[in-house]
Amino acid sequence: MALLGPHARAATVERTSDEDTPVIVFDNVSLAFDDKIVLRSVSFTLLKRHTKILLGASGAGKSIILKLILGLLKPDGGVIWVNGHRVDRMRELELMTVRADLGMVFQEGALFDSLTVRENVGYKLYEDTDLPLEDVNRRVEEVLGFIGLAEHIDKMPSELSGGQRRRVAIARAMAFKPQILLYDEPTTGLDPITATTVDHEIIKLRDLESVTSIVVTHQLRDAFYVATHAAIQRDGRLAIEPASAEKCDEAEFIMLRDGLVVFEGNAVELRHANDPYLRTFLS
Amino acid sequence: MLSWIDKWLKAALLEMQEYMRLLGALSRAGVSRPFYYRDVIEQLDAIGVGSLTVVLLTGFFTGAVLALQTGVTLDRFGARPVVGQLVSVSMVTELGPVLTALMLAGRVGSGIAAELGSMVVTDQINALRALGTDPVRKLVLPRVLAGLVMAPILTVIADFVGMIGGGVVAVTQLQVAWSVYRTSIVDGLGVQDAWMGLIKPLVLGFLIVSIGCHVGLRTRGGTQGVGRGTTQAVVAASVAVLTVDFFLTRLLFSLMY
Repeated sequence: MALLGPHARAATVERTSDEDTPVIVFDNVSLAFDDKIVLRSVSFTLLKRHTKILLGASGAGKSIILKLILGLLKPDGGVIWVNGHRVDRMRELELMTVRADLGMVFQEGALFDSLTVRENVGYKLYEDTDLPLEDVNRRVEEVLGFIGLAEHIDKMPSELSGGQRRRVAIARAMAFKPQILLYDEPTTGLDPITATTVDHEIIKLRDLESVTSIVVTHQLRDAFYVATHAAIQRDGRLAIEPASAEKCDEAEFIMLRDGLVVFEGNAVELRHANDPYLRTFLS
Repeated sequence: MLSWIDKWLKAALLEMQEYMRLLGALSRAGVSRPFYYRDVIEQLDAIGVGSLTVVLLTGFFTGAVLALQTGVTLDRFGARPVVGQLVSVSMVTELGPVLTALMLAGRVGSGIAAELGSMVVTDQINALRALGTDPVRKLVLPRVLAGLVMAPILTVIADFVGMIGGGVVAVTQLQVAWSVYRTSIVDGLGVQDAWMGLIKPLVLGFLIVSIGCHVGLRTRGGTQGVGRGTTQAVVAASVAVLTVDFFLTRLLFSLMY
């Protein structure tokens, strides 16, 4: 277990090996809205193909971290590196390059309600690339097949259930093959079966498509499920199974409380944490 | 009391600053790529074709009531035959541009504020930015261009049907011959009037759409905020239309007449 004050890990973007490459680094990041402090000296490092799970009560500052990574908000202090780019100082135009490697699944999906599922999923490919229309359509059908919603391709978002909308949002975020996927409360408000389906998509993307992930949630069941399971291809069939201890270490939990990081560690360390706040949260 | 004024002034200045920032971003988007042609065409249809019915009705009945009201007054001076001149000049220089603009403020300004406001509160604007699209370029620029193109066209249509409406009243109620009414219109209208009738809707169309976009993109506070924003957009655009119309008329008078 690691109860943290100031962050211990050196925030560096030096590339050692491919596996140890930090893709996201937060170094003493602070943010306040008027008098309300949202983040207090938050620091963490996310390595390539690893998963960071941000836990905390509502209003703890979890979703803000995702918006800071995307450059949708600017911090008051500290430094944020994404894929070797310092995004906390970047202008909107420069951020477009960084965002090309980032996919975001917004809370409630944030699908464009005037566009069909096909147009939503292929939005970036239709708008920002010179790919032939057939290739874009093929990619859209491929990702919708991956998340099991191929038959809904021509529906409008309003015709989908909450879980389906969330999965279409995942498809939209992964359609242009980003290196990093950010999930904002991907399972909140979903029934356990649909939530597990969404968890499987997160695990599949991480393990089969080598996507680095940050999952913001306060759903402990889903957080532990994603951290402790792995997607494996066996004899041409896909299976989601309990992960090895080594694989479990690639998923790190961060607990936020009132904008402060109060815990950073793996699933086992979190389960055995003695801090009264963590115990209350976990119970 | 002082703190309330202080707060109000700060809020007003902040709104003005944000509006100017939007205009700055808009001008940058206007001179660089990518340009979303399809969205411009969609907006031309939504703003122009969609507003046609309301503009036709407003224009026709404004012209008709204008002829009816002024006909009685003109009769006192034996000037009933010049009713066409009065209707045409009033419609082209003032009533056409202003009433069309007010109709657009109610229909288009509110619609834009509600649409963009809903996109803000449901994170669709953030989703656009996350997908690498500039919301000003994708959403604001096409609407403003459509407003700039369609407001003058709709105003000309309103002027035309207003004159027809006035003509119907002149012929049926005031017993003015159609040929006299038509000649009065042609004689009464000058080139300056036509320019005024085109410049005004261009400026007012820009104001209505840009205010609608600004209010929509600044929406906060869920569905309640969307409702509040929609009302604000209509009120702000209507007040701006009437205020700017006065100063613009003054300016155009000094430049052209």
